[in-house]
Amino acid sequence: MPVLARWIEAAGIPTVVVTMMPAIAEERRAPRIVGVEAPFGHAFGMPHDRATQRRVLELALRVLAGAAAFATRVDYDAGWPVPLREAYRAWQPKEPSPIVKRLLEARR
Amino acid sequence: MLVDSYRFLPRSFRPLYEGRGPHPGEEQPVWTPLAKRLAESRIALLSSAGFYMKGSQPAFDLDGERERPEWGDPTWRAIPATASTSELGVGHLHINDEDLLADPEIALPSRGLAELVSAGVAGGAVEQHVSVMGYQDRSLTDWHRTTAGEIVAHLREQGAEGLVLAPA
Repeated sequence: MPVLARWIEAAGIPTVVVTMMPAIAEERRAPRIVGVEAPFGHAFGMPHDRATQRRVLELALRVLAGAAAFATRVDYDAGWPVPLREAYRAWQPKEPSPIVKRLLEARR
Repeated sequence: MLVDSYRFLPRSFRPLYEGRGPHPGEEQPVWTPLAKRLAESRIALLSSAGFYMKGSQPAFDLDGERERPEWGDPTWRAIPATASTSELGVGHLHINDEDLLADPEIALPSRGLAELVSAGVAGGAVEQHVSVMGYQDRSLTDWHRTTAGEIVAHLREQGAEGLVLAPA
């Protein structure tokens, strides 16, 4: 996704990436980054938590408009409201993805 | 607070992501400033959660990925900003889709954007946002050759002046 952002930015459309892996977005040289402490699939918050979703999106828009230089990173200053173990289990698919299945089989 | 990028990642996956550096050929900075004030700018959203319109669009090709686990469907979908929760499907084998189906705003906050437009924070929203399925082959060849250009053409046609991307 950071690389896709770069291609779109290079075509003349400013971008900001909202991501739970901001360090990777930095390594991949995304132009603007908003880091969020969120499990995969939940960049803007918990289901039906409109207030958090709006705050994260507004932060992204402010970074989109106000970042002064390439590789600006701003992290959203709030933790995930669900205990780590529960959140860690909840985001994962019901069955391993095909590539994970293959990796697990290779380790056996 | 500095976000821990690996907090929710299985420990054994961390080496697959960490320390890999830039994508080949993508080392240099790219930068396009927002041309107008945010309150005058039309904004688009792009999610990699694999959303599609159940009644009018094909799902992402998950059977193809099952046959070739290192491949992911590189196509994209235009998602109307007014799409209802019940109209959206999710095609993504790497995340649990329950929360995405219950409230797509967690990954594609089109209603939240509309509210911020109404509040005067942003100038407008496009009529059709963008969805991709984020699991791709490591080279990103199809995204580079085809998908990125198609998405840029779509965003231009929509009058997008800024883009918020959210990896799933």
